[in-house]
Amino acid sequence: MENLFNLFVRSIFIDNMIFAYFLGMCSYLAVSKTVKTSVGLGIAVTFVLLVTAPVNWLVDTYLLKPGALAWLSPDLADLDLSYLSFMIFIAVIAAIVQLVEMAVEKFSPSLYNALGIFLPLIAVNCAILGVALFVQERDYHSIAEVTVYAGGSGIGWFLAIASLAAIREKITYSHIPKPLRGLGITFIITGLMAIAFMSFMGIKI
Amino acid sequence: MEHSNKYIFIYAIIMVVVVAVSLSVVAVQLKPAQEDNIRIEKMQNILTSVNVPIAEVPKKEVIEVYHKYITSAIGININGDVVETNADKVFAVDLANELKKKPEQQILPVFFATLDNGDTAYVVPLRGKGLWGPVWGYISFKTDFNTVLGTMFDHKGETPGLGAEINQAWFMDPFKGKTIYDKDGKFTSIQIVKGGAPDDDPHGVDAISGGTITSKGVEKMIFDNLSSYQAFINKTKKQ
Amino acid sequence: MSENTQPQEREPMFSAKVLKLLKNPFNLENPITVQVLGICSALAVTVQLKPAIVMALSVTIVTAFSNLIISALRNTIPSRIRIIVQLVVVATLVIIVDQVLKAYVYDVSKKLSVFVGLIITNCILMGRLEAFAMGNKPWPSFVDGIGNGLGYGLILVIVAFFRELLGSGKVLGMKIIPDFFYKIGYVDNGLMILPPMALITIGIIIWIQRSRSTELQEK
Repeated sequence: MENLFNLFVRSIFIDNMIFAYFLGMCSYLAVSKTVKTSVGLGIAVTFVLLVTAPVNWLVDTYLLKPGALAWLSPDLADLDLSYLSFMIFIAVIAAIVQLVEMAVEKFSPSLYNALGIFLPLIAVNCAILGVALFVQERDYHSIAEVTVYAGGSGIGWFLAIASLAAIREKITYSHIPKPLRGLGITFIITGLMAIAFMSFMGIKI
Repeated sequence: MEHSNKYIFIYAIIMVVVVAVSLSVVAVQLKPAQEDNIRIEKMQNILTSVNVPIAEVPKKEVIEVYHKYITSAIGININGDVVETNADKVFAVDLANELKKKPEQQILPVFFATLDNGDTAYVVPLRGKGLWGPVWGYISFKTDFNTVLGTMFDHKGETPGLGAEINQAWFMDPFKGKTIYDKDGKFTSIQIVKGGAPDDDPHGVDAISGGTITSKGVEKMIFDNLSSYQAFINKTKKQ
Repeated sequence: MSENTQPQEREPMFSAKVLKLLKNPFNLENPITVQVLGICSALAVTVQLKPAIVMALSVTIVTAFSNLIISALRNTIPSRIRIIVQLVVVATLVIIVDQVLKAYVYDVSKKLSVFVGLIITNCILMGRLEAFAMGNKPWPSFVDGIGNGLGYGLILVIVAFFRELLGSGKVLGMKIIPDFFYKIGYVDNGLMILPPMALITIGIIIWIQRSRSTELQEK
């Protein structure tokens, strides 16, 4: 339990998807102009992460890992399909995003109106594939760990994009050197925010 | 351009077949080279733990150097009995898989190294858990099976600048010369002390500040793995 | 961006138009600093120069060949499964690159770890496939892929160069800053190795570039 809580806090603040690994930067830079849309995207990313990461972990553990197919028949114990993992992961993500989109549209039209336009964008958001690959690389042992890590990463991403959007809304009133306006200053702000987030590194739980 | 469903369906099938075939061919073709890399890395790790400056040796010669220093290897069980004497088979043992088995069924490798001065050294593989994922390494002992000759640690994804420092010389070097038994012969393992170990502590080294969980993980790894070797170490010492 | 879709006559291999495709991504159409594509997967590998160069080459190879393949198939791809087909082609190429790296440059491939896989979701790929390869002949698409891959790689290499030089006093693993400097009190800037400085370095690159090419400035 303590371990899971630790993992959760760390994946939000210290191993933040954006500030530590730069994952999901494309949509982060493109959508962070207003707080409202970035909150929408942040929620959508967290949601999709919570669904895709456990599914990808299951696929990896029971289909792709070296020896993972042993449960089907002992003859398959030597089979190693891990070279297919990129392909399978991205396919799973694309399929789940599509399913989520359809489900949300059917059951909650109001939520669909809020998130709808972001969902297709998410399939190619690096943060989603990134979490799947990190989970594979770090050899997480249980589905609880994976879910907690995915949730934490999603919330971390959400925090990053929402706070950047808030800063960008204000910064339109500042005098910024012309060549830095727009993209340039956004990069620098993100860098400074990342430095601020680094102060969480010393936290011991 | 609108295409019929049949066209789309056939198109998708052809695509999947072409992709599957080409990927399998690539994977099968490159497999031997990839496995060689992993084997050579393991040899380099073992040699690093007995302080052979392997980083300066070209890749092609690693195997040769390995066989020069590591003269034999055996697999033992938790009672200290030898269960495997084929050095190649012992080398191929994957500790991660062994640790998943019941303690009585594990095969635990021990590598015997002959150093430049003719002394025998013992190398024991380690595997445990850091903060983010697995940590592993090798620890080697002098002929007395008590004094640490050298160590080698590595990790998969510890935090850069903090936990990831376990594979740096400043963390690994202080292990040299420490002992795992106290004066009375009691197993103490090696403590990784937060805030720094006193210079005269024979069983303690400095932890990584800010990397406490990884440091503790390494400490636990050394303790857990060496615990399984107790019976074997006692038998070796009596001889 | 002006995409040329008009039918092309028989042109020499390196006509002015094709050369422009190769050259533009280095400055006025740079994928990172101007098109804002594909920052995701790459900055984490810019701590040292060597992984950054390998990453840049991998991305270039994948963009070039996926552009080539998609452009060659562009008239046969059913539009309804267009994105899937593109993803499959890209993923296949990335897997091949990953396998080759693991087999021949194992130590670098360990450093790149998951980031090779993340080339799949690199927006440059999908961006160039949609914007260029779907509407152009194979050869110009191939060149466009190389140009964009290299333009992207250029930024990676610049960032990695400064981070390695200032962060650990080395370039490509060799000590560059003489010991004399350390003796008189020079210290490596540890902050350069940490992630935030990659972002700030890019911000500065954009600043310099836009000061020189004023047409790129945003209002």
